[in-house]
Amino acid sequence: MKMNRFHRRHITESIAKGAMLLSFLIMAGSLGLILWTVLYKGLPALTWEMISQTPKGGFYLGKEGGILNAIIGSLYLASGGTLIALALSLPMALYLETYLGKSSWGRWVRLSLDVLWGIPSIVYGAFGFTLMLALGMRASLLGGIIVLALLELPIMVRAMDEVIRRMPVDLEHAALALGSTKLEVATRIVLRQMLPGIVTAVLLAFGRGIGDAASVLFTAGYTDNIPGSLLRPAASLPLAVFFQLGTPFPEVQARAYASALILTIIVLAISLGSRWLAAKAGKFTLK
Amino acid sequence: MEKPIPLFSPITPAAVSRRRADSFANRAFFMITLIPVALIFIITIALFLRFLPILREHSLWELVSGVTWKPNKGEFGFLPFIAGTFWVTALGVALAVPPCILTALYLSEYARATTRTLMKPLLDLLAAIPSVVYGVWGMLAIVPLVGDVLRPILNRYLGFIPLFASNQPTGFSILAGAIVLAVMIAPFIIAITYEVLATIPQGLRQASLGIGATQWQTIRYVVLPQVLPAIIAGIVLGASRALGETLAVLMVVGNIPQMPNSIFDAGYPLPALIANNYGEMMSIPLYDAALLGAAFILLVIILFFNILSTIVLQRVLK
Repeated sequence: MKMNRFHRRHITESIAKGAMLLSFLIMAGSLGLILWTVLYKGLPALTWEMISQTPKGGFYLGKEGGILNAIIGSLYLASGGTLIALALSLPMALYLETYLGKSSWGRWVRLSLDVLWGIPSIVYGAFGFTLMLALGMRASLLGGIIVLALLELPIMVRAMDEVIRRMPVDLEHAALALGSTKLEVATRIVLRQMLPGIVTAVLLAFGRGIGDAASVLFTAGYTDNIPGSLLRPAASLPLAVFFQLGTPFPEVQARAYASALILTIIVLAISLGSRWLAAKAGKFTLK
Repeated sequence: MEKPIPLFSPITPAAVSRRRADSFANRAFFMITLIPVALIFIITIALFLRFLPILREHSLWELVSGVTWKPNKGEFGFLPFIAGTFWVTALGVALAVPPCILTALYLSEYARATTRTLMKPLLDLLAAIPSVVYGVWGMLAIVPLVGDVLRPILNRYLGFIPLFASNQPTGFSILAGAIVLAVMIAPFIIAITYEVLATIPQGLRQASLGIGATQWQTIRYVVLPQVLPAIIAGIVLGASRALGETLAVLMVVGNIPQMPNSIFDAGYPLPALIANNYGEMMSIPLYDAALLGAAFILLVIILFFNILSTIVLQRVLK
């Protein structure tokens, strides 16, 4: 009897363990499957022409050209958005830590950042669209940049905040005890200590921005040209994939797969690069 | 307001200017923190104001319960889209939750340290893949899987249940959208669950193992009961991500405005409605109000789930 019970709970144990291992493999497997699908379909259609030329006449019918417009457009959009988001989120993250700490306003700000983080990009896009209607703006690079900045802001602050919270507070206390103002603590100590965190946060947000489609759909529009000014529309890689897939021509669809591959490579390079850079930047912090 | 400088510190011009800089920064930084709080209200109000024109013609209930969508004739029934959103999200979350919880448990309770350090970059990569790439993957891999494999098999053996009946010949369906969504929100749910599990003191586990429980018993009777509310909050948060997912779902879900009856029916979620029709929305009267109203409805649903679960999670995690 006792033996039996002993036996049964061990069977349960192995079943549970097996199920967990299986789930883990499914997760890792799906990542592999996604990368493999994109690589397998995208690689054959990937040519130098695709990344070095803008669409020529009849591009969406299968004639020649490339998606340089979308690559440049995406880089402009994501860089602009990331710069604005960084300008706002760096002071915000420092302020949250050094001035607000665990005060109730700090809690409110953190809660609203979390909530903003959960608002889907299509809603940001729709909001950006209403904003632009109200201001009488047309779909433009600037509109896309502003909406991406709003979208990236909570991601960036959260990432920075997480790093700051893991930092030892002793350094800050020591500086305060020596008579530093909070501003000096923020700019000379916290800022330096969080350098790796800033790198990660910026690249994380940049990756989000470059891959986001629903928000720029409304606000940046799409064009076959490389945008020459902030007020002109700008193409973007995700939309290039989407629009090319929407055509009935196999050649164009193949190019959509190649575009998806380019986008995936950029995003994965950013994700891996941020780890490497964060490790490098870690040299400047005191442990 | 200038703060008084304590008497014991020498009032040098440098000290005064340092103080000034500090109090200026305090105010300037404070203004910046107003942005996120204000932004939530501004977004909600801006979308509501654009929604208003159509609310003057039709009541909210009429819009939300209407089943016909004919913008040309002035009929704007949101119910098929709300139903589509609900079906795709519910099925996606249902598919994602069991493997996600098990994976998180595996990583937190069983896995070796090396597996654990491998997991973080893996989840980050999965989370970093753009929505449109998931969509491409869905079209290339999941739609054929659903259309050619799952649909015939389930229809044959379980077709008598309306939920599994196959009414259309392709794989562009609720199920395809749900599978893509499940993979997309998985890294998110795993990360939150893992984080929540990490808050349980190691001593509790050791006590349970020490009195002879197996690891599964420890998980089942000690670990899980402690964190269940937080895990549920994490799942709700994942669900609210799924609710708003646009492009990936749009590409595989079929986009037919109908009330779905089976997981193999095509659906038409709210975000897809907005994204597909933004181009012509200025050409038909009230169409823009209807589409931005759809964004407003979506936002309100998401805000509700989001705020609730965020508050629960913030209590647990800090």
